[in-house]
Amino acid sequence: MLLKVDNVSVSYGAVEALKAVSLAVSGAEIVAVLGANGAGKTTLLKAISGLVPIKSGSILYDGQKLHELPAHVIARLGVVHIPEGRKVFATLTVEENLNLGGYGCAKEEVQKAKARVFQLFPVLKERRRQLAGTLSGGEQQMLAIGRGLMRSPKLMLLDEPSLGLAPLLVDQVFATILQINKDGVPILLVEQNARKALSIANQAYILEVGRIVLAGAARELAADERVRQAYLGGVTYERRLRAKESRATGNTPDPRG
Amino acid sequence: MRLLGKRPTWLYKQPVRWAFLAATIALLLSFPFWASRYWIDVGFYVGLYALLGLGLNVILGEVGLFNLGHAAFWALGAYTTAILNVRLGIPTLALLPLSALVAGGCAWLISSPIIHLRGDYLCIVTIALGEIVRLVLINNPAGLTGGPNGVIGIARPVFLGHVIRTPLDFYFLVWAMVALCAFALRQLQRSRIGRAWNYIREDEIAAEAMGVDVRSLKLLAFVLGAALAGLAGNIFAAKMRMVSPDSFTFMESCLMFCIVLLGGMGSIPGTILGAALVVLFPEIFRPVAQYRLLFFGLALAATMYFRPGGLWPRRRAVEFTAGRAARP
Repeated sequence: MLLKVDNVSVSYGAVEALKAVSLAVSGAEIVAVLGANGAGKTTLLKAISGLVPIKSGSILYDGQKLHELPAHVIARLGVVHIPEGRKVFATLTVEENLNLGGYGCAKEEVQKAKARVFQLFPVLKERRRQLAGTLSGGEQQMLAIGRGLMRSPKLMLLDEPSLGLAPLLVDQVFATILQINKDGVPILLVEQNARKALSIANQAYILEVGRIVLAGAARELAADERVRQAYLGGVTYERRLRAKESRATGNTPDPRG
Repeated sequence: MRLLGKRPTWLYKQPVRWAFLAATIALLLSFPFWASRYWIDVGFYVGLYALLGLGLNVILGEVGLFNLGHAAFWALGAYTTAILNVRLGIPTLALLPLSALVAGGCAWLISSPIIHLRGDYLCIVTIALGEIVRLVLINNPAGLTGGPNGVIGIARPVFLGHVIRTPLDFYFLVWAMVALCAFALRQLQRSRIGRAWNYIREDEIAAEAMGVDVRSLKLLAFVLGAALAGLAGNIFAAKMRMVSPDSFTFMESCLMFCIVLLGGMGSIPGTILGAALVVLFPEIFRPVAQYRLLFFGLALAATMYFRPGGLWPRRRAVEFTAGRAARP
């Protein structure tokens, strides 16, 4: 087991954001954590990367107790957190942002990693001298992922990579995530876009107001009736699907389905 | 690569900048030989405030920590020099590194428990620290600081047998220090530490998540900035030959804050320019004596309105759109 989160609770003051959450990431898989706004998904990632202190429980990574280490040490262990809303350094150039991702690494390693990132995202190479704040949302997300790749991560924590992106770009970002995973990086993915996340994940957990309510293989969860109801659009979704089909066959459907 | 005839690239890459730098140095070197004693003294204060500004620039400009109590570290440097010189007779110039060390050490002690505070919270605590130091000095602990009267009779510094006594001597002493510090800080700015400081200023959490040791680097900036203020304190004490708590008021901290904001956060030449303006402006407007501070305030407001990034912001080569190079 690469990462083992065991009975972790986190509170912000009196508000308990995570209540005895346990999950595991093994080998080279993609694990998705789904849930609505305020379910505690981001808090979970922040707890793993040391950005918020945990109240109880333990987080074990490769035999090390992550919850006892400060955030910058965790990052140097190869646990890379790609925060929600991208958080690229808007006033630095694309290249400077990437250099920051390799902070503390040897120069040659940084150069090598940068070449790899440019290969994965050619658009970043084109814009290397541009300020990160002037990039489009999709490009910023690519930069955030690229910045995370600079340290040759051993575990990638991805927070809402689809946030605020056009559907076409979402597809592109998810294809990249799959590619990174194929190259051998395990990924813990937090998403609101449940359908997309389940389509690429191996394992999935569903978080509701700080608790894991459902866990299992992604394929099984996608077929689960409760999940379909709550996260995959339920009846409305099926209706929309049907409408799409009938549009394809040429019938003019009722706009309400 | 040719080894023979290798020309220094910097000379023809940025000829304007180097010409400007050379002209500035020439002006600063020649200034005391054609200016009156009064203006040489003003020049000294420009240098002194430049030194204080450079120190605060590390804390406020590079890392973005709001420190409105910088005068406290200046006071610590000045009083270290005064007390040790008057009581133990240690030469003033020999106390230069010690003053920096004491100010830096105190900064480490004081800022360790508060360094995690953000923005305005840190600002309020530093205001309080500035006041605490000033009030402690007034209250004459163990008869060391001489209360409101301060410490008098500090010996003149001696440099290689030459007694530093005239405004001219002090002018060169302070500007030599400014040149030294500016060069060192410029090197630091371009180092891994300097870059990490700027990352912290832009986004602390993201920097930490990228593996930057935020706490140690913030502390380092605080200690370094305070040590520079300690240096300035030593030179100030040597020049005045006395120190008193009146010199280290909250107003002084505000002035240093203005210097950094006016010049441009994180910009070394900007800070020196800011110091020059903050010192020169009240002098130039002396004829309209009682209104000069009003003019000063207006000028500050106008600067913030028309040049929000400061008068001489730090330049970085960036492109705004593909193909078109621009410098903000």
